[in-house]
Amino acid sequence: MIKFLYLAYAVTWLIHLAYLAVLGQGFKRVKEELRELEEKNR
Amino acid sequence: MLLAVPALLGYAYYLGMYAAPAEASMGDVQRIFYYHVPSAWTAFLCFFANFAASVAYLANRGKRADALAVAAAEVGVVFCSVVLVTGPLWARPVWGIWWTWDARLTSTLILWLIYVSYLLLRKVSTGGQTPVLAAALAVFGFLDVPIVYLSIRFFRTQHPQPVIAGGEGSGLDPMMAKALLVNWLAFLVFAGLVLALRYRLERLRQRVEESRALRAEELPVGSCGLEAQPAVSGRSA
Repeated sequence: MIKFLYLAYAVTWLIHLAYLAVLGQGFKRVKEELRELEEKNR
Repeated sequence: MLLAVPALLGYAYYLGMYAAPAEASMGDVQRIFYYHVPSAWTAFLCFFANFAASVAYLANRGKRADALAVAAAEVGVVFCSVVLVTGPLWARPVWGIWWTWDARLTSTLILWLIYVSYLLLRKVSTGGQTPVLAAALAVFGFLDVPIVYLSIRFFRTQHPQPVIAGGEGSGLDPMMAKALLVNWLAFLVFAGLVLALRYRLERLRQRVEESRALRAEELPVGSCGLEAQPAVSGRSA
């Protein structure tokens, strides 16, 4: 029984951390694109 | 702020896991409730934010409203995913089954599918009218939120009946209520932080798109945009 409780808490944070990682990747990509565009516009 | 959020989440975890008493018939597995229910309420609030921002976008076509709409939908889907995963993990030991097609579970799955469709529409479609179509979908999609919320009041469901404001015989032990509300507060603050991050990312994406559009306008006819050209100011025919 208790394993389901721990599993639920673990999966919850796994989902949130995975989403934060996706957001981090998104920031990295967009900032790179912005920098490239600014360089081309110079 | 960055330290306060983990501290609040840690305190909420302590309350849910240790301080709140074990439920008489289900035992410790009932503590999943302290993650499941606040995640559901947070998802509802995110979908409401998506709805309000979509209405604002349809009214004035503001880019900020559009960015808030997509950010709120995405964060809402994340919290709704937590609901759909933690629910069966509670149901298996308590009901003996992972899933049943009752009104609450089915309408929640439909809610998740509606907002996943919204996000897919925004990601896959490249037409200029995509934000408008997505906003219209969001306005109608939000109709499922009250259906999910009221489903356990209107229908007999396998899902437990409401324990808060559920009428006679309902209610929570004061320590359980405290654990539930502190967990909700912690998830709300966490969701607010993630929403702010996602909103900022969307605004940056909008800046990239605007820069690209501006650049495409400045490229001379015939270049096909294949090669970078210097921007020409004060251009004449």
